[in-house]
Amino acid sequence: MTLEQAKRQVVEEFSFFDEWLDKYEYLIGLGKELEPYPESDKTDDRLIKGCQSRVWLDWKMEGGLLLFRADSDALITKGIISLLLRVYSGRTPSEIAEDDFSLVDRIGLRANLSPTRANGLVSMIATIRAAAKDNV
Amino acid sequence: MIYLDNAATSVRPRAVIDKWTYMSSQCNANIHRAVYGLAIESTTEYESARDAVRGFIGAGSREEIIFTSGTTESINLLAFSFGEAYVREGDEIVVTEAEHHSNIVPWQMMCARKGASIKVLGVDERGRLRLPELESLLTPRTRLVCVAQISNVLGIKNPLKEIVNICHSKGCPVFVDGAQGIVHERVNVTESDCDFYAFSGHKMYAAPGTGVLYGKKRFLEEMPPYMGGGEMIKSVSFSGTSYAPLPMKFEAGTRNFAGVPSFKPAIEWMSDKYDSDREIVTYMTEALKSDGRITLYGDPEDLADKAPLFSFTVKGAHHEDLALILDKMGIAVRSGQMCAEPLMDRYGVSGMVRASFGPENTPEEAAEFMKCLDRAIKMLV
Ligand SMILES: Cc1ncc(COP(=O)(O)O)c(C=O)c1O
Repeated sequence: MTLEQAKRQVVEEFSFFDEWLDKYEYLIGLGKELEPYPESDKTDDRLIKGCQSRVWLDWKMEGGLLLFRADSDALITKGIISLLLRVYSGRTPSEIAEDDFSLVDRIGLRANLSPTRANGLVSMIATIRAAAKDNV
Repeated sequence: MIYLDNAATSVRPRAVIDKWTYMSSQCNANIHRAVYGLAIESTTEYESARDAVRGFIGAGSREEIIFTSGTTESINLLAFSFGEAYVREGDEIVVTEAEHHSNIVPWQMMCARKGASIKVLGVDERGRLRLPELESLLTPRTRLVCVAQISNVLGIKNPLKEIVNICHSKGCPVFVDGAQGIVHERVNVTESDCDFYAFSGHKMYAAPGTGVLYGKKRFLEEMPPYMGGGEMIKSVSFSGTSYAPLPMKFEAGTRNFAGVPSFKPAIEWMSDKYDSDREIVTYMTEALKSDGRITLYGDPEDLADKAPLFSFTVKGAHHEDLALILDKMGIAVRSGQMCAEPLMDRYGVSGMVRASFGPENTPEEAAEFMKCLDRAIKMLV
């Protein structure tokens, strides 16, 4: 599946719910299933600023692909992380670097987040993008 | 929508909005400067708000009422001007662990400038100030004690009179941050004998961008101005400038002349609202305390000492998740550190949820809140 296809799939899944409460419920479910992130890697250099909740994001290159891992202390944020990782983790740096990162807008998340929270999301995306650019 | 963030800003009544609109649209003239009729009217509105505030908080004289942009500016003004007049290297300022950042940071800035230090009065598990420890914190170097009348997190009415008595017996003046207190308790600065008192208009139903600093005249007269310019001068020349008498000495530049007159209708509106919150306070305290999943912070023995402001955490549920879900259920609450990071550290939490009620909130809304909170917790835990 290409990055674009993965994005479209997420947007479709999300549009399945009319009510925001249901969308949150869905994100909470995803958040609870997010792959565990080692406590020892919750370090300040992996911490993303700008969130009311804390987010840790880590990446490594393996076989030419960028692999991301992340965690948060809040569940809805973890759900959003899960969506982002599904779309971006395990892709080549150039594929990620060329993306327009419109996902968050397309599922209507940005409009529904307070500016400080959206900032956290923006920083998360900026970190993903920077990691990709550094490894192209 | 059920608005439960009244501690952040209040819901303004019609009379306030009308006065504020009138000042902006029909009475727009800068104050204290010109001689034409409209300027005199706007100046009269502004100055009669000063009289209204003086009466409302029981100050001895109108010169002791300084208009600012809000509590934060009041405290910055006080920290600067008091610091210049009275604080020397090696001196100490006492603040409490439960203060809003606005009642911590200006003191830190002043202490850094002056080579002075901050001492902290703690709170106990229930959120009560550790008053027995106050006396031992006071030394001959203590210049001022700064304490919130009601913390914006704990919602406990602190015993002002007692605090002032302890401090005065050691010769130390007291500043009271009344941002939350003025909303929930009748204030009389002469009776409580505090030396300085600050509050914001927007939290007590008046226009945003307005605030007050009360100070005893003998201090205000000795303190140098905070900002220079505008009507705060008596005469200006390049060989030297002399300052206007109180209160103008502390009101540099164009003040919020459209907003300040709204203090008057706000005061009239709120004066019969005190104690209308007792049913909600009883219900909410019981409901939160009886739920094993919830920890309530700010739990005085006597419910009479509790303001309708409830901060809590839920085991296994993040404050931000709870607030986001409640928002989608139509309930506005505050979440996060609530500008009181030291207090969050004290309780070992990264943040809390706060539901704060105003006179327009009904007991039915309180019950609806508890129902929605239960649903939100079940979604998360
Ligand atoms: C106890 C307390 N002090 C100070 C402030 C600061 O008030 P303002 O932002 O209106 O200056 C607040 C506002 O949240 C408060 O609750």
